[in-house]
Amino acid sequence: MSVQKRVFVRTLVGAAVVASLGLAGSAYAQETIKVGLLATLEGPFAAGGADGMRGAELAVRERGGMVAGKKIELVKASSDAKPDVAVNATRKLVEQDKVQVMVGPLSGGEGIAVKDYAKTQPTVTFINGGSGAQATTLVNPAENFFRFNTEGAQWMVGLGNAAYGKGYKKMMVIAEDYAFPYSQVQGFMTEYCKAGGKVPLKAWVPLGGKDYASVIARIPKDVDALLVVLGGADAVNFLNQYEQAGGDKPIVGGSITVSQDVLNYRGKRRESLLGTMSAGPLADAYDGAEWKKFVADYKKNFPDGYPSPSLFAYVYYMNMKAALDGLAAVNGDLSDGGKKYREALSKMTLKTPTGDVKLDANRQAIGSTFVTEVVKDDKGNFYNKVVRKIDNVNQTLGIPAAEFKIGSRDVPDCP
Amino acid sequence: MSAANWRKAMNSGAGRMAMTARPAPVASISVLTGHRESEPVSWIGFVRGQISARHVIVLTLLIVYPFVATPFFTFQIAAQALALGMIALSLAFLGGYGGMISLAQMTVAGIAGYVVAIFGTSASEAISLNWPWWVVVPFAVAVATIAGALIGWLSVRTEGIYTIMITLAIGVAFHYLTLQNYSVFNGFQGLQRVYPPTVLGIDWRSPIPFYFLCLFFALAAYCAVKYVIRAPFGVALQGIRDNPRRMRALGFHVTAHRVTAYAFTAAIAAVGGVLFTWYNGLVTPGSVGTSWLINVLIIAVLGGMRHPIGAFLGAIVFVLLQNFAIDLVDRERFNLVIGGVFLAIVLFSPDGLVGLWMRLKRRFGGVESR
Repeated sequence: MSVQKRVFVRTLVGAAVVASLGLAGSAYAQETIKVGLLATLEGPFAAGGADGMRGAELAVRERGGMVAGKKIELVKASSDAKPDVAVNATRKLVEQDKVQVMVGPLSGGEGIAVKDYAKTQPTVTFINGGSGAQATTLVNPAENFFRFNTEGAQWMVGLGNAAYGKGYKKMMVIAEDYAFPYSQVQGFMTEYCKAGGKVPLKAWVPLGGKDYASVIARIPKDVDALLVVLGGADAVNFLNQYEQAGGDKPIVGGSITVSQDVLNYRGKRRESLLGTMSAGPLADAYDGAEWKKFVADYKKNFPDGYPSPSLFAYVYYMNMKAALDGLAAVNGDLSDGGKKYREALSKMTLKTPTGDVKLDANRQAIGSTFVTEVVKDDKGNFYNKVVRKIDNVNQTLGIPAAEFKIGSRDVPDCP
Repeated sequence: MSAANWRKAMNSGAGRMAMTARPAPVASISVLTGHRESEPVSWIGFVRGQISARHVIVLTLLIVYPFVATPFFTFQIAAQALALGMIALSLAFLGGYGGMISLAQMTVAGIAGYVVAIFGTSASEAISLNWPWWVVVPFAVAVATIAGALIGWLSVRTEGIYTIMITLAIGVAFHYLTLQNYSVFNGFQGLQRVYPPTVLGIDWRSPIPFYFLCLFFALAAYCAVKYVIRAPFGVALQGIRDNPRRMRALGFHVTAHRVTAYAFTAAIAAVGGVLFTWYNGLVTPGSVGTSWLINVLIIAVLGGMRHPIGAFLGAIVFVLLQNFAIDLVDRERFNLVIGGVFLAIVLFSPDGLVGLWMRLKRRFGGVESR
């Protein structure tokens, strides 16, 4: 009998688990606007994704969770930086949870896939999260996909000249092998090559790689510096291994190489990051009043967050803020399938902590970029000191649209 | 030895052979129960013998389902589960009836997906050859079947954990090949916008047509597996699973049977892979990465390796968890729910969900399952 009883109890437990799955969802109040929020809580960008969520939440909290008398309800989903997972998560938010506004995803390939999906859902408004692939808005853009953050290539404007000015005449590129780093490298090289710099070798490494020994071994002796466009754990792994291999070339970083989540890495070799130049849409030490207020709010709201908001927190914040400002502009009225809302978004000038952002004809942001350098404050925290701020950076980097080619492994090139 | 003779010879002990791993009472659920001796396995007779009331009920429910459910549940839950279920079914057959756990089944499916993308149409115009779908799809299944047979041919001489290791190695090697090759596989970004064709005026990617497409092939695969299990080949395979040495002594070509089993399951996995690629609309190295190789094993184990239907049940539970676990537990903890449920099922019912169901039936219904 005891065996029977045990099986029975086990069965009950199993049934309870299955039943609880079935009960998930439903039951919502009337006057709410559902906003989907997708970021990578798994995979190589898990830390960045979690901070992205914080940024988006901050934008909602700033408005007290209400827009035009309607409650904003965030429905969250996670992906692992893979496009198919991102589309599945987005489809679940849109078709199952019935969100009317969708904010996300985080990484480049995901952005392109979600944009393709957006075309099948014309009544839902998609606003980018953190993804920065150029093709998302340059190739076959979707009418209902908006991006209020500048993208990978725009984030690197100014860095090429700064690096050349620092005396780096010849550089090697080490970057992850997908759309976002291609854009970053393009943003850098467009200027750097024009200034007269040479890039004899580009090493494209897989995302989520653990071992960089073969890349480190290939670094030519005669280059002056390395352009390292790696994100999150990859950047930390590379920097560690490069130090251990006795590498001493100065490093110029991509926008997510020396983001806050990398700066906060507690490894013993983190000192090697000091002096690293990079560029991006934000700088911790920017002294604009709006920015300081934003940082203070972030710290107050998320004591468990970083000492200063990371790039992902900031771009998610901007995009979520745009989503909410747009909702406020139409009084929370999405009854026409969001048509008015999308018109309002296209015309909007978004006030961000780093200056105004406008959209171009492809619904892509035109905004500011900071060139920065890593320094240490008196508490021992690393931060990005502003070297220069460049405003009104557009997606084609000032090149006429007809001549502009999307960055790839081989574009641009100046060996 | 002819097939009929073989069956006669085996029937006396086949039940025991098929279920040696189970304790005595379970042996009554033999794979061979209901199969009458010496009667030639005729197609129609076989089908009539197989269909019972519950099959009709389930089939009716499956056909009515997409008209009741939302497009989301039709497409993302059901169609995805059917496509994944087919890939898991290929592993369940190989593992449950052939005794070979191959982690490369997702690789086979991925090969089919990549062939469809490379030879068919995709967003990467420099790579895709734009062959018409009616050439591409059979070609993809053929290529993947051959690839599966080759993988089998490489790994059949190993046993147990070594089979897992070698198939895992092949899977990971293919993953890195797709990741690092740009001229054919387009690297990390893979091939995007790989959609099913519009045939007979129907867009096969819209939820209901795609659901029925998946349902049709899933049913076909299920029936094929059910049939093969009882066909002479399947019985011989089970014999090989339980005692390869004795089977060899009886004059069976063990390696040939095993390789054939790989090829057969590869064909199922390939069809599942094509459907899964169409479902995602893209194929990337992520689709053939280690996480998916293992997910397929998880699905098969969840459902129960020794039951063809288990693969589909496992896939449904897996897909539901993947979609809704995040609603149960907030933020980064939701993977804990997924892991917890898997652990619970495997712990409480080593034979998966179907095993659990059968135990319940015996416990409370008192009806012997057939």
